[in-house]
Amino acid sequence: MTQSSTVPLASASSSSAESSPPGRGHGLDIEGITHRFGDVTVLNQIHLQVNPGEFVALLGPSGCGKTTILRLVAGLLTPTVGQIRIDGQRVEHVPTHKRNVGIVFQNYALFPHMNVFDNVAYGLRAQGAKTTNVRSRVQDMLELVQLEVMGDRFPNELSGGQQQRIALARALAVEPRILLLDEPFSALDKNLRLDMQIEVKRLLTEQGITTMFVTHDQEEALSMADRIAVMSNGVVQQFDTPTTVYDRPSTLFVSQFVGTTNLISGTLIQHNRESCVVSLADGEQMQLAIDPDMPINSPVQLAIRPENLRLSTEPSPNALPVRVDICLPLGAATIYEVRTASGIPIKVTQPRGIGVKSLVPGQTVYLTLASAHACSIFHVSDTDPSV
Amino acid sequence: MQAKALLKAGRGWALVFPLTLFLMIFYLAPIVLMVITSLSQAGETEGLSWSQYAEFFGDGFNLKVLWDTVWLGTQTTIVCLLLGYPLALLHSRTRPGNWRSILTFLIVLPLLTSAVVRTFAWIVILGRQGVINSALLSLSIIEEPLRLLSTHHGVIAALSQIQMPLMILPLIASMARLDPNLEAASASLGSPAWRTFWRITFPLTLPGIIAGSMLVFSASVSSFVTPSVIGGGRLMFMPMYIYQQAVSLFNYPFAATISTVLLITVLAVVTLLSSLGSLTRSYTRT
Ligand SMILES: Nc1ncnc2c1ncn2[C@@H]1O[C@H](COP(=O)(O)OP(=O)(O)O)[C@@H](O)[C@H]1O
Ligand SMILES: [Mg+2]
Repeated sequence: MTQSSTVPLASASSSSAESSPPGRGHGLDIEGITHRFGDVTVLNQIHLQVNPGEFVALLGPSGCGKTTILRLVAGLLTPTVGQIRIDGQRVEHVPTHKRNVGIVFQNYALFPHMNVFDNVAYGLRAQGAKTTNVRSRVQDMLELVQLEVMGDRFPNELSGGQQQRIALARALAVEPRILLLDEPFSALDKNLRLDMQIEVKRLLTEQGITTMFVTHDQEEALSMADRIAVMSNGVVQQFDTPTTVYDRPSTLFVSQFVGTTNLISGTLIQHNRESCVVSLADGEQMQLAIDPDMPINSPVQLAIRPENLRLSTEPSPNALPVRVDICLPLGAATIYEVRTASGIPIKVTQPRGIGVKSLVPGQTVYLTLASAHACSIFHVSDTDPSV
Repeated sequence: MQAKALLKAGRGWALVFPLTLFLMIFYLAPIVLMVITSLSQAGETEGLSWSQYAEFFGDGFNLKVLWDTVWLGTQTTIVCLLLGYPLALLHSRTRPGNWRSILTFLIVLPLLTSAVVRTFAWIVILGRQGVINSALLSLSIIEEPLRLLSTHHGVIAALSQIQMPLMILPLIASMARLDPNLEAASASLGSPAWRTFWRITFPLTLPGIIAGSMLVFSASVSSFVTPSVIGGGRLMFMPMYIYQQAVSLFNYPFAATISTVLLITVLAVVTLLSSLGSLTRSYTRT
């Protein structure tokens, strides 16, 4: 599960969190957290360093431990092993109510017996704020989430999107050092979800607040986060910017979980410093401009994104002859499924435009990599057996 | 369409008809009969009159019995609430498993033994040579045995234990409906545990408190065995009074009057509590 099998590819790497407004947010360090419920280890050696003002996504399948991380940061759980620091100070034993970490639950957890105003005012009143200050701060918060006329409503009189915005306003009212969002958009229908994603991203960027949000939706993580921590089975597989996670997945799990990828098994038959040759199952060979750090004859998996493959009607050196199986024109792009001579299926996405002739099923074409770096190679024994 | 709906509703009514008939004959009719009896006059005079009620409310002794009974019910309810609430909370915070099952069993245990048996157990505990007195004597905390039996407080202690499940079970039900994230959200907004309790947990479990109180109050003011046995004939409460008038003195009209007064008192308290409950119902429906 280490990055040893990563193929180092030259690419402009954008460092994280440079876009966040300076001096507002607070830093969060999760250092070597392991958490067990009884005998079950649900988090194993988690390290995450979140910069002030950064917007970080925890991405992973259901049950991988994302919510547990949030509960640990909020102080609702105490880690079995490891440290949590906010602004460099350890907080594992600071009780939740003194930690000043805001959390928006998956089900929003609005107080059903209080109206919207009292919900948003709840934290301010706990701090003992004066009535007039409470009133103006709540008004500001409701304006921020554009629900200033809803103060008298009760939670059960609000739509899902409105409830979410109130939950956000309630958490933001007390100016938390860290904001945690647990699957904030999963309960919303698709149209509303996109609106809320844009809305929340705008709002939190404006506030410059350090945010950690949980999602199992890779598109959501890719589109919203400054950095993504991809998790599986209680382990962080990769913690990097969306483009890096997408273009250079560090493990087979990441390459499969984030985006669509073609996985092709083969054997490494030769490599030197610039390139290697992988023999596919039926003896066809692919030459790649990468140098995997593994011995000859290693069983490998190639992970290639459909948009990083090219189809051409003309043969060329290194091109793999394939037969077009299925052709799905989808507006801006066409998705092809092609098969190698031995029947390995491969998905290819090609841009579509006027004048670009589309290929027809049954046709023989030649498959090449769009770029010599457009492929990741993983040693099979390195892969997670659960993948 | 409408006819169909009517037919459907009609079928629903047909299904409850046997129960309706049963309740009419064995529940409603006796109550009507009782009220009519309470309005009849002593002696064999014809016609209805309020004379029995005038007699009841004209005598200080009767009023004291009524007041003692209501006070007993109130105190028992309060004791059950104060002792039962933490236990219900403990039960709801215990993760499902062996411990929780044991706790559930202990909570419903009083329901599984007869009230008579439990009452006699309390005699063993409260008696002159009972558990409490011998413990206190042997520790030299007291010099002579305390009188615990035949006291108002002894009755409350025994009744509270016996009625406890009626309080705890509705409390547990209302706590099960409470989303634990609400308490977590309260804490994350800076509320210490006590504030979370009074602002979130308590108001949201109020329906359970009200339901439990109704049950314990009505069961306490109408309970017969425990107050009679623990009270040892020295204390008079409404049920005992009814029994005396009806069975020992054959004064059926007056017994019916006492019964009707008790019935109306219980209805009044239950109505009061349920109107409190309806204040909270709007937000606790799920
Ligand atoms: N209180 C708990 N007791 C025991 N196991 C738990 C508890 N909370 C969560 N788990 C387990 O921990 C794992 C991770 O849970 P969670 O963090 O909620 O996952 P996610 O949010 O990624 O879906 C799951 O297997 C879950 O069953
Ligand atoms: Mg979760």
